[in-house]
Amino acid sequence: MSILNRKTPPQFNGVENINLIHPESTKLANGCNIFTFNSGDLDLVRIEWIFSNLRFDPKKPLLNVAVNTMLTEGTHNLTAAQIADKVDFYGAFLQVDYSYDLSQVTLFTLTKHLQATLPVVKDILTDSIFPEKELETFVRNQQQKLQVSLQKNDFVARRVFNRALYGETIYGLAAEPEDFKSLRREDLLTHYKQMYQPGNCNIIIAGKADPQILEAVTKTFEGAWGEVTTPADTTQPELQPSAERFIYLEKADALQSAIRIGTPFVNRTHPDFPGLQVLNTVLGGYFGSRLMANIREDKGYTYGIGSGMSSFKQTGAFFIASEVGADVCKAAVVEIEKEVNLLKDELIPEEELSLVRNFMLGSLLGSLENVLSHADKFKNLHFAGLDYDYYERYTQTVKNITAEELKALANKYFDFDNFYKVIVGKY
Amino acid sequence: MVKFNRFTLNNGLRVIVHEDNTTPMAVLNILYDVGARDEDPEQTGFAHLFEHLMFGGSANIPNYDGPLQRVGGENNAFTSNDITNYYITLPSANIETAFWLESDRMLNLAFSEKSLEVQRNVVIEEFKQRYLNQPYGDVWLKLRPIVYKQHPYRWATIGKTIKHIEDAKIEDVKAFFKKHYNPQNAIMVVGGDVKTEDIKVLAEKWFGSIPAGEKYVRNLPQEQPQKEERRETVTAKVPLNDVYIAFQMEGRVDESYYPVELMSDILSRGNSSRLYRNLVKEKHIFSEVHAYITGSLDKGMFVLEGKPLENISIEQAEEALWQELERLKNEDVPADELTKVKNKTEATMVFSEMSLLDKAMNLAFYELMGDADGFNHESARFLAVTAEQIRAHANTIFKRENSSTLVYLAQGVEEPVEVISE
Repeated sequence: MSILNRKTPPQFNGVENINLIHPESTKLANGCNIFTFNSGDLDLVRIEWIFSNLRFDPKKPLLNVAVNTMLTEGTHNLTAAQIADKVDFYGAFLQVDYSYDLSQVTLFTLTKHLQATLPVVKDILTDSIFPEKELETFVRNQQQKLQVSLQKNDFVARRVFNRALYGETIYGLAAEPEDFKSLRREDLLTHYKQMYQPGNCNIIIAGKADPQILEAVTKTFEGAWGEVTTPADTTQPELQPSAERFIYLEKADALQSAIRIGTPFVNRTHPDFPGLQVLNTVLGGYFGSRLMANIREDKGYTYGIGSGMSSFKQTGAFFIASEVGADVCKAAVVEIEKEVNLLKDELIPEEELSLVRNFMLGSLLGSLENVLSHADKFKNLHFAGLDYDYYERYTQTVKNITAEELKALANKYFDFDNFYKVIVGKY
Repeated sequence: MVKFNRFTLNNGLRVIVHEDNTTPMAVLNILYDVGARDEDPEQTGFAHLFEHLMFGGSANIPNYDGPLQRVGGENNAFTSNDITNYYITLPSANIETAFWLESDRMLNLAFSEKSLEVQRNVVIEEFKQRYLNQPYGDVWLKLRPIVYKQHPYRWATIGKTIKHIEDAKIEDVKAFFKKHYNPQNAIMVVGGDVKTEDIKVLAEKWFGSIPAGEKYVRNLPQEQPQKEERRETVTAKVPLNDVYIAFQMEGRVDESYYPVELMSDILSRGNSSRLYRNLVKEKHIFSEVHAYITGSLDKGMFVLEGKPLENISIEQAEEALWQELERLKNEDVPADELTKVKNKTEATMVFSEMSLLDKAMNLAFYELMGDADGFNHESARFLAVTAEQIRAHANTIFKRENSSTLVYLAQGVEEPVEVISE
């Protein structure tokens, strides 16, 4: 037997095929869409009810959040306590979540308990009453939580950054502690009725999503909602980016500074998006990225630094974020600028580019762990108005984009002087 | 039910293989039986600093991450007071790359001064980011030394102080590696789209020739039972008061783990739990309140934590928590409520089987505790818990003389000043 050669890496294989599971879909008479991802070998199911957010009113920045968060706080038939009891007793998880574009309710349950838990969801989606007493508790507790978050530099940096990019819109305006006081139960009820209606609802079932489960969901929700009034207005006002591009909030005794640098950007629907994802990965999208290699692994300025792209319905963002030692904050910003400009000035070496290609394909493959992850990929497409061709284009771009094309993208999209720069801490 | 095969190499490396052909991926998880509890009291934070250095290149491979990313893989690691755990996820067709990388760093590290210097700085920034520059971030630095007087759990994984990180020398790094990073001190789990026969061949090929090294025999000072109520109050630049009450409890492998874990669920799991229902919703004492256990291998902590509302005094807040504990001591948990927390635990176990990496980590940890198959019997052990057991353990644990209370008094916070642009 020959001596083992530990210097040379083993042979490896590229990722050739990535097969995405497509959903079955049906539409209920009341306008509600249902998409199912069935994997027969599981005894559990995740059901999501997803709604587009209503047009944002900057005078009531908390309304959407409050309505979504308080969906579990009481209906005509069930108190908040009864809702919690039912869900917990059957070992299920009932979650409410909101993002900039969408708000949702998620039920995660063993299939044997679906019959017991589904009616609770029906109740909260069609018959919530937002009791005054629960609203008071919500206001009290959320105000306190926000006070704590506002002491975290990275939290503040994110808020200030979004405000600068998007102004007083749903993407830009975050609530202040005093805004909680202006929440009114009547406003919540009106908002709820306009938003949580079948024509604005997509139901996504993943896991054991066999015909019986689909039938149970259909039966529960086809007649559930009362008469539909006006369709939900889910358009959004124009973005209002700030003219001021450098914002520094000083905290005299900060040990670290939060840095957030970036710009409004194209979203997933733009043909350049997949190529920009490759560029972003090179810069700051994985552990071996240039920002990590330079600012963490070479200089030791930070525990972590990265860049990312957000894709929203109306806009997108490109950003670089880190928390760095207060004494090296300026030096870190200089290095960030260097790395951004390097992408514009020099071609990415083929060795690095091929690594990033393989990493991104492996990462996509690895993100498809189970049928729930396939449903998550579908959501990325569906709510951006895209179809499965997107992932075909994405994988082709990752495999084939050239260093020249990436350099051209960097020159088209990256203008460091014009980036918004937010520092919270010391600079 | 998570099926697996198990074998041991001649050098003592334990290997577990979990075949799951529903995924095109594979994971390779290596647990080293070393944590912050194994550190010298004058060199704390070392196990975690060492974890960072494991990515700084090994004997034959100058860069750890690059070759893995090149084959579509990702990796990370974590250190706790008990263990250090490294994991790789990659397309199963490239599993041999994971063997190549992990075996080389078990064989020998590169021990570069540059890597040590940089990782010292990175860990110091981590120390600041997670423990010092966050409101309440230093709670474990303060609470652990109140609860533990003898056992090394008295310091946090990150270390007692930044000074200990700054002082780390390359000789210490080498000695730590020699002492702890041996095949017989490790458990490897390979899971996913793999075959046991192939893994046997790969394990033998890449790990078989690594010297067994010396067996590390753990001999830690065990924490003596607490006999007096302990308390500390700190004023800090935090926005709200905060109360922690910690109790000593038995370690993770003790039978009492199951009733005590369910007891923490009764208090604090989900919106139907007692603390949330009674103290947040009904009595308006706290804006948030939690109960949890640390699950440590040696003597652990049962922790209650709550941020009182602004009109509530610290005394009222503590009293309200104690009332809930007294109820557990004096009344049996009603059958419905016990069924509820058991159902939740059972469902969580089923859900956790959806993640390949979670399964691999769990198999490694249960093997460390004595038998990987323990993972498959966990639900049954929770289901067997009785109301009498819970009440008995409540009476053992929730005694004033077994409590350590840490209070944060809000001193007012620094408001940021907007500085006009340069």
